[in-house]
Amino acid sequence: MHILEGERVTKYFGGLAAVSEVSFQVDPGEVVGLIGPNGAGKTTLFNLISASLVPNSGVIRFKGKNITGMAPYHICRMGIGRTFQTVKIFPNLSVMENVRIGALFGCGGRISATEATRKAEELLEFVGLPQVSSTPAGSLTFANQKKLEVARALATQPEVLLLDEIMAGLNQTEIGQAMELVNRIRQSGVTIVMIEHVMKAIMNICDRIMVLHHGRKIAEGTPSEIAKSETVIEIYLGEANAAG
Amino acid sequence: MNKISFNYSKLLLPGILLAILVVLATLPLYGSNYSIVLLTSIIMYVILTVSWALFSGSTGYISLATAAFFGVGIYTSAILGRTFTASILANEYFVVFIVIIGGLISACLAFIVGAITLRLRGIYFAIFTFGLVELIKNLLLWYEVKFTGTRGRFVVVIGNETIYYVILGILLLLLLVTYFIRRSRYGLALESIGEHEEAAAHIGINVTMVKVIIFAISAVFVGMTGSIMAMRWTYIDPYISFDPNLTFLPVLMAIFGGTRQMYGPIIGAVVFAYLEEILLTRFPYYYMLIFGIVLAATILYLPNGLVGVVQKIIARLAGGKHAHSRG
Ligand SMILES: Nc1ncnc2c1ncn2[C@@H]1O[C@H](COP(=O)(O)OP(=O)(O)O)[C@@H](O)[C@H]1O
Ligand SMILES: [Mg+2]
Repeated sequence: MHILEGERVTKYFGGLAAVSEVSFQVDPGEVVGLIGPNGAGKTTLFNLISASLVPNSGVIRFKGKNITGMAPYHICRMGIGRTFQTVKIFPNLSVMENVRIGALFGCGGRISATEATRKAEELLEFVGLPQVSSTPAGSLTFANQKKLEVARALATQPEVLLLDEIMAGLNQTEIGQAMELVNRIRQSGVTIVMIEHVMKAIMNICDRIMVLHHGRKIAEGTPSEIAKSETVIEIYLGEANAAG
Repeated sequence: MNKISFNYSKLLLPGILLAILVVLATLPLYGSNYSIVLLTSIIMYVILTVSWALFSGSTGYISLATAAFFGVGIYTSAILGRTFTASILANEYFVVFIVIIGGLISACLAFIVGAITLRLRGIYFAIFTFGLVELIKNLLLWYEVKFTGTRGRFVVVIGNETIYYVILGILLLLLLVTYFIRRSRYGLALESIGEHEEAAAHIGINVTMVKVIIFAISAVFVGMTGSIMAMRWTYIDPYISFDPNLTFLPVLMAIFGGTRQMYGPIIGAVVFAYLEEILLTRFPYYYMLIFGIVLAATILYLPNGLVGVVQKIIARLAGGKHAHSRG
């Protein structure tokens, strides 16, 4: 059974079809890449899966269960975690509290305060954040804020983790660390769907890649298949030309 | 950062609070009648301000419904007080019973209003809550004129001392509840909602439920206070009961004191309520002028309120010592 699947998922903003008839399947343990030019609808698809937005039509299933239209907190507790393209940590809470709060509320059952603290400490170490956890999260560097957001999402004990451009804006060293982090998350048994523009990361980490363009899924396959795909190359070259 | 001063204030604060409470509880034994009346009024503002800050201070949703919950408490008192005979009202437990009912009715109102409007964005919530004050006031006016034929009502009078002890009890209860909420996971949830509501929802917080419940809890204390104050004012009508000042003053007092710490709103309310009592009757225009200037200055220059300034000074002192010992 697929852990996550979408069936002809569609979302309009006014007349614009940001996501159009997109069907997808994700299997347990996979790392799936989601790529496409800016404005392709990638973030919107994440918002639909995590219930930030409700699709105009289509069905989203998690472990076979229809989750379309559920509340975001419910989706999270069921086991879908996410990060945000524009970092959304809680800047005035401490680093520690940012992660603890995920542990306290994100799991289905109740967890004690001490257990949450222990788990938060564990996760801070896991993502490679310094243990000076009493500083306000807003004073962290950009790269560390991104790590913190991953730790907070992991604290909710997701089975599927949606990562939205966690490498954007990072330097080469930081990208290397982030790639290594994604690999370790996968080894811990979490299924990952990641939006990323850093091709090196996508090609190295992902088992499978889906390509969105103007809200439609235009290609899907292994990294080597995608690298060879005429349509994909055309879109990216087209974008590079337009940008240049 | 300023860990030293933080631990220090953590130890200091409960001690000071306890001492103040002992003084307040024994006041009727040695204080004048005037001091009891004055303190009743100050405590009323502290309750309204702390209740407001409990919800709005942390979530950033500005509630302008304080006067509505207060007025509902007043009318609960007025209606129940007339239903029962004066001899029953001589019984102090019965006063407490009426006050509790006033609080519960306010909470129910807050729950309904919250469930309807707390899905809206902050600014719509603020407008709606203020509309609620006007709505209830005008409904009551219409009802009173049409069905009772008189605008106002008389409320049964009880002794100042009883009123004082009841309002002190409400304050104590409010402080305990606020303290435990702020320390609990729900305090953390409230803050996270204030910082990034969307992110809060996506880490498993049922944001609507947390907001509605805390909003309702904060209304309990406002309604209770309205119920007991009605017994001091003896005559009430919709204009007195749903006075917009009781919506705005607590907001301003909380901002002046600073809402990040629990004692900020307390200090803000005490300072302004005291100033109001001593200045308002003698220099009404100066009072409003001073009030306005101090507030404008607070908003412009002290984003964390009076308490923020004090903390900065303490932090600087502690930091100075620290640097000294290192050097
Ligand atoms: N909340 C929104 N309201 C209106 N339009 C939106 C909203 N979110 C995204 N869009 C539009 O939908 C399209 C897809 O956006 P997005 O999903 O963010 O793209 P991507 O993440 O692939 O860069 C864009 O044209 C964007 O302007
Ligand atoms: Mg995006």
